[in-house]
Amino acid sequence: MKYLHLIWAALFRRKTRTILTLVSIIAAFLLFGMLDAVRTSFDQAGKSANGAERLQTGSKLSFIQTLPSSLELPISKVDGVKAVAYANWFGGAYQDPHNQIFSFAVSPNYLDLFPEIELAPGQRKAFDDTRTGVLVGEDLAAKYHWKVGDRLPLQSTIFPTRDGTKNWTFDIVGILHPKDKNAGGMFKQLILLHWKYFDESTPYNRGSVGWYVSRVSDVNQSDRVAKAIDAISANSDHETRTQTEQATAANYIKQLADIGLIVSSIMGAVFFTLMLLSGNTMMMAVRERTSELAVLKTIGFSSGSVLGMVLAESVLLLLIGGVIGLGIATLLIPVVAANSGLGLPPVGAGNWLLGITLMTVIGLVVGVIPAMRAMRLNIVDALAGR
Amino acid sequence: MILTILLSVYFWSVLAWWGALIVAVAIAVWMIMTRQGRQSASVTAVGVSTLRQRMGSSSVIVIGIAGVVGVLVALLAMGEGYSETLRKTGSADTAIVMRGASASEVMSVLERDNVVVIPQAAGIARDSEGKPIASPELVVAANLPLKGGTEDDVGSVQLRGIGEEAWKVRPNVKIIAGRKFKPGLHELMIGQGAEREFAGVQVGKQVKLGNDVWTVVGEFASGDALDSELWADANVVSDVFRRGGSRNSVTVKLTSPQAFDAFKATLEADPRLKVDVSTTLDYFSKQSEGTSKMIQGIGIAVGVIMAIGAIFGALNCMFAAVAARAREIATLRAIGFRGGPVVVAIMLETMLLALLGGVLGGLLAWLIFNGYTASTMAAGSVGKLSFEFSVTPALLWTGLKWALAIGFIGGLFPAMRAARLPVTTALREL
Repeated sequence: MKYLHLIWAALFRRKTRTILTLVSIIAAFLLFGMLDAVRTSFDQAGKSANGAERLQTGSKLSFIQTLPSSLELPISKVDGVKAVAYANWFGGAYQDPHNQIFSFAVSPNYLDLFPEIELAPGQRKAFDDTRTGVLVGEDLAAKYHWKVGDRLPLQSTIFPTRDGTKNWTFDIVGILHPKDKNAGGMFKQLILLHWKYFDESTPYNRGSVGWYVSRVSDVNQSDRVAKAIDAISANSDHETRTQTEQATAANYIKQLADIGLIVSSIMGAVFFTLMLLSGNTMMMAVRERTSELAVLKTIGFSSGSVLGMVLAESVLLLLIGGVIGLGIATLLIPVVAANSGLGLPPVGAGNWLLGITLMTVIGLVVGVIPAMRAMRLNIVDALAGR
Repeated sequence: MILTILLSVYFWSVLAWWGALIVAVAIAVWMIMTRQGRQSASVTAVGVSTLRQRMGSSSVIVIGIAGVVGVLVALLAMGEGYSETLRKTGSADTAIVMRGASASEVMSVLERDNVVVIPQAAGIARDSEGKPIASPELVVAANLPLKGGTEDDVGSVQLRGIGEEAWKVRPNVKIIAGRKFKPGLHELMIGQGAEREFAGVQVGKQVKLGNDVWTVVGEFASGDALDSELWADANVVSDVFRRGGSRNSVTVKLTSPQAFDAFKATLEADPRLKVDVSTTLDYFSKQSEGTSKMIQGIGIAVGVIMAIGAIFGALNCMFAAVAARAREIATLRAIGFRGGPVVVAIMLETMLLALLGGVLGGLLAWLIFNGYTASTMAAGSVGKLSFEFSVTPALLWTGLKWALAIGFIGGLFPAMRAARLPVTTALREL
């Protein structure tokens, strides 16, 4: 640490070059921040403590097949199930059938199973009391400038109302927020309406349910409970498939795309280039400082400390650029997410940890050859300019 | 200055290949015909001949740009492959009829009485027996085990219940193994794309779909989105998935593409129906729009950020190259070479390295990703759509243009510095 000023001076000996290299590193880590945040958010879909306590039961046939609503009672009687809620896909669209919105018709107790969703108590009561009431996620409300009290016309792309049109009208009675301000979550993009109202208003549903959500009292019993739930309808014409919320989410994401593969191949290309780039900078830095390094050795610096100093210089270079890049990503993503309406995940502590590890490792890797060269420097030859 | 660069990059980005060719020819002519041009050519030759001594830093430019171009081309090839698969699906002379305001086929329900009325509309082609060629079809999702996964790893596949007419509205679908299913039996045909994705669905094998066991009796190939589907008898599918007499859509063969307007008008005027009509070509292209735009957006965003990194990398290397050759450049200027040729020479050198990088990156993307199969849950479908990355010449050209643009910006400032370097200081410099 006592050599920090020396390292710092060496780093900014050639300002242009260092700053140009820094910009490259910033760009790389900006990209890293964004992609890694996406990766972790996909990885962690449903992985929260609350998610682990929830089981989802859907039709074994396929994910669009419905289940009879009569299953609610037997599921709630399964040993280990604390509460059961259900939901149905509504297929809502706003203004244009192609402008689809995640919208579920849910049972009255649905929100009780999701303690991570926050809703003002008055709004919760208003939802319970209003047949046509809907709750909208905060991102969705912000995107379309909806507020509590608005009438919300929605088209359903699947279900007509009793009069044969597919135009539904709802009243917005509440806005859904995440309890943890930094957490992402699909419910920010979600509309919830009453299953009962939905079921009564469409001639097509006739008491069927898309999927059940059950909360288990003991997470370690999840597997047994899931098997017990599936056993209820085994060999019937509506066999079920029960999984933890996490498994369901993971399965769904896997069908969308292999995010991990795409992200890691991009990151591989980016970091390979980055290593080459900063390695080149360090080589140049050491080459043109040959005589200075020789002077350092002459006045008594050991070979080891010269090695350490050059390594520290390259790690410092990577850390400065990397922290700025990740910092920009951290600040930029919420802004982009708010303006574009895309559910971009925020950069979290885990991403920072991985990022800083990467910066250090890349710094050491690119610094090692120039540092070895500096260490092996023969004072006499170096001073003579040979 | 900055504005000029931005403008020229913009014009460059919309430039067609022949435009670039004209620019290249113009530069070549200038180099041969004018004195300044000949000077530039000789200075460039000197620079290029010493490239080998600056192997390390020149390869940084080449590989940096190759990385940008490779990633960009690969991502765009993914979007291209996806939309190409859906674009190839459907034709201008077939139309699909769905219930009004359905965003996609799976969300549509047509009751039996509608299914009966639709084939009577004007404009539908008739077969040799004089029957209208209209195919009412069911679309449901079914779960199948994925290839290379555990038993619990299931993926969704789109199962289409069809009748004999389905083959007539889609003459491009060929049977490549086995035979057609027999009506009334639990027999399936599988598309070649679905066969790649899912385990245990070879011809002759039995699979469980719904609560029933089905036999795979044939495999078909169409080269489009249908390749990812399973086909079975509509009545059997309807029984198993409890759909009654309803169907999702009716696909009809039109007498000609021009007959579409009349066909659409008859159906829309019919008070018994509330349906949306579009040509199948339109329908599938629209379905792909959102996703391919998104993939393209991601590709360009990632490309831009990487390009910024590469530009600064190139700047760095070229500044270093100029500094290393400061004396040489100053000498040239001292013996009478003007600034212009020096600028041109350094620009050309950078562009040459960039071109190499672009070619390398495009080549890598092509070698690794062309024909690489991926799959995703397609919009408007309930099954995995399998598609191939398609590295088209147009994408390679886009990649090359990006490379040259990066090289241009990365070379410009070092070149100008070289031209402005005071001769005396530069000569004194070590």
